[in-house]
Amino acid sequence: MTLQQELAVSPSAKLAVKNVSKTFRTSGGRVQALDRVSLNVNEGEFVCLVGPSGCGKSTLLNIIAGLETPDEGTVQTDGAPIRGPGRDRMVMFQEPALFPWLDVFSNVMFGLKLKPGLSDAERKEVAQYYLKLVGLESFQHANIHELSGGMKQRVTLARALAPNPRVLLMDEPFAALDALTREQLYGDLQRIWQERRKTIIFVTHNVREAACLGDRVVLFSPHPGRIREEFRIPLPRPRDINSVDLAEHATEIMRALKGHLSDTEVQE
Amino acid sequence: MKRLLTAFLFFAALLAAWQIVFMAKVWSPVLAPSPASVGRYLWGVLRDGTLEGCLLVTMKRLLIGYGIGIAVGVPLGMITAQFRAVRDTVGVLALGLQGLPSVCWVPLALLWFGQSEGAMLFVVVMGTLWSVILATESGVRNVNPIYVRAARTMGSRRLHTWVMVIMPASLPFIVSGMKQGWAFAWRSLMAAEIFVTILTGFGLGQLLHYGRELNAMDQVIGVMLVIVFIGLLADKVLFSPWETFLHRRWGTAK
Repeated sequence: MTLQQELAVSPSAKLAVKNVSKTFRTSGGRVQALDRVSLNVNEGEFVCLVGPSGCGKSTLLNIIAGLETPDEGTVQTDGAPIRGPGRDRMVMFQEPALFPWLDVFSNVMFGLKLKPGLSDAERKEVAQYYLKLVGLESFQHANIHELSGGMKQRVTLARALAPNPRVLLMDEPFAALDALTREQLYGDLQRIWQERRKTIIFVTHNVREAACLGDRVVLFSPHPGRIREEFRIPLPRPRDINSVDLAEHATEIMRALKGHLSDTEVQE
Repeated sequence: MKRLLTAFLFFAALLAAWQIVFMAKVWSPVLAPSPASVGRYLWGVLRDGTLEGCLLVTMKRLLIGYGIGIAVGVPLGMITAQFRAVRDTVGVLALGLQGLPSVCWVPLALLWFGQSEGAMLFVVVMGTLWSVILATESGVRNVNPIYVRAARTMGSRRLHTWVMVIMPASLPFIVSGMKQGWAFAWRSLMAAEIFVTILTGFGLGQLLHYGRELNAMDQVIGVMLVIVFIGLLADKVLFSPWETFLHRRWGTAK
């Protein structure tokens, strides 16, 4: 297999979430994180899940990742139910979760080494390609603690992309970064998404971020976690987070979010 | 270089202070011998091979006992961290027995094994094992769960996760546990050698003990210095390289 074949755009997955419910037991009692949530994501679509903390958006992401199982309902990729984590769905967490005992290059190699059908030389070539894609080819042999927060998330992105997953699941990956670094990464992520044709599900509580990145923004409300509304963002790409058109969409979503929040407060 | 010089000056000053106390005749020279007479003693036992023989016997006992302690303790610590039932049983046992000073094992070891190498080994293993189990257990339980989650999404499972993620992630704790285990093994062995006279080998502890029997203070102090020196050497040779590596990789160096 050559690098070209390995990088040949894989068909992206169509994702179907049907009537998923999940309840957690905590010391304060039972918390219903998700209440009959259904969501369809098309091939190559960039979907942002937005909502206040505790609305179950991260729980849904973990269920799609296969790290948690739903109490009720099903999640399918291309018609096949999800059974546990898989290389076709890679996850990026808010914390970089890079392994401090490995250098940058070995971190990117970690997932690749577990992928069958590649020779060692091919794996190295693939890892180098993705490090270059995120602009860190000159930091291959750096230790993780030597990187800035933004660089760490770039390495995490390269590590997640390297096994060529069909779906990328991102759980507030930029929340801990400063605004300037974040803006750079918005640009990078859009570029990489267009280049590599992934299906991306991106969780955030930042409405503007969601409007900047998503084809579609799905609004969650908490207690219990439900989908309340969906917004299409028909703006051309690459999008600038500071543009006026984008601000209009963000304002509309923000208004809806506040409306749903006061609804739930009235109910309680 | 500057650090080396500072250390050298400190120890030279310490030696000078000793010499001054000796020359001031504060205590009887029988109880407080001069640095020179301790040096003469050490030179003597070094030349006639006594020290070498004792060192060999002691180090052999130490390495075998410590090796068993690590070989059993590290895996057992991992199992303890993994299963709640083991934690509630073996974990509690380890916690209790770690608090038992290792010299307390000597009477039991003597009755069980008699005056043999077995008794010696038993004391060292008991002194090492429990602290290694506890350090490994806390190391594994302190592994950030996000590493395991990330590894699982990349297709890592069971044994692979253990060997490639959990073990390296807990390495800093395991190394400090091994270091602690080494200190415990060393203390246990010295206690055992001082209390147990066996005919199969004459170790450093016994040399120290006979120094007391013979009222040979230069021997007592000389052997004590050797014991301190070995402790320092083990730290520098066995553990420092590991710790330097960990600090550099993890970024925990000062």
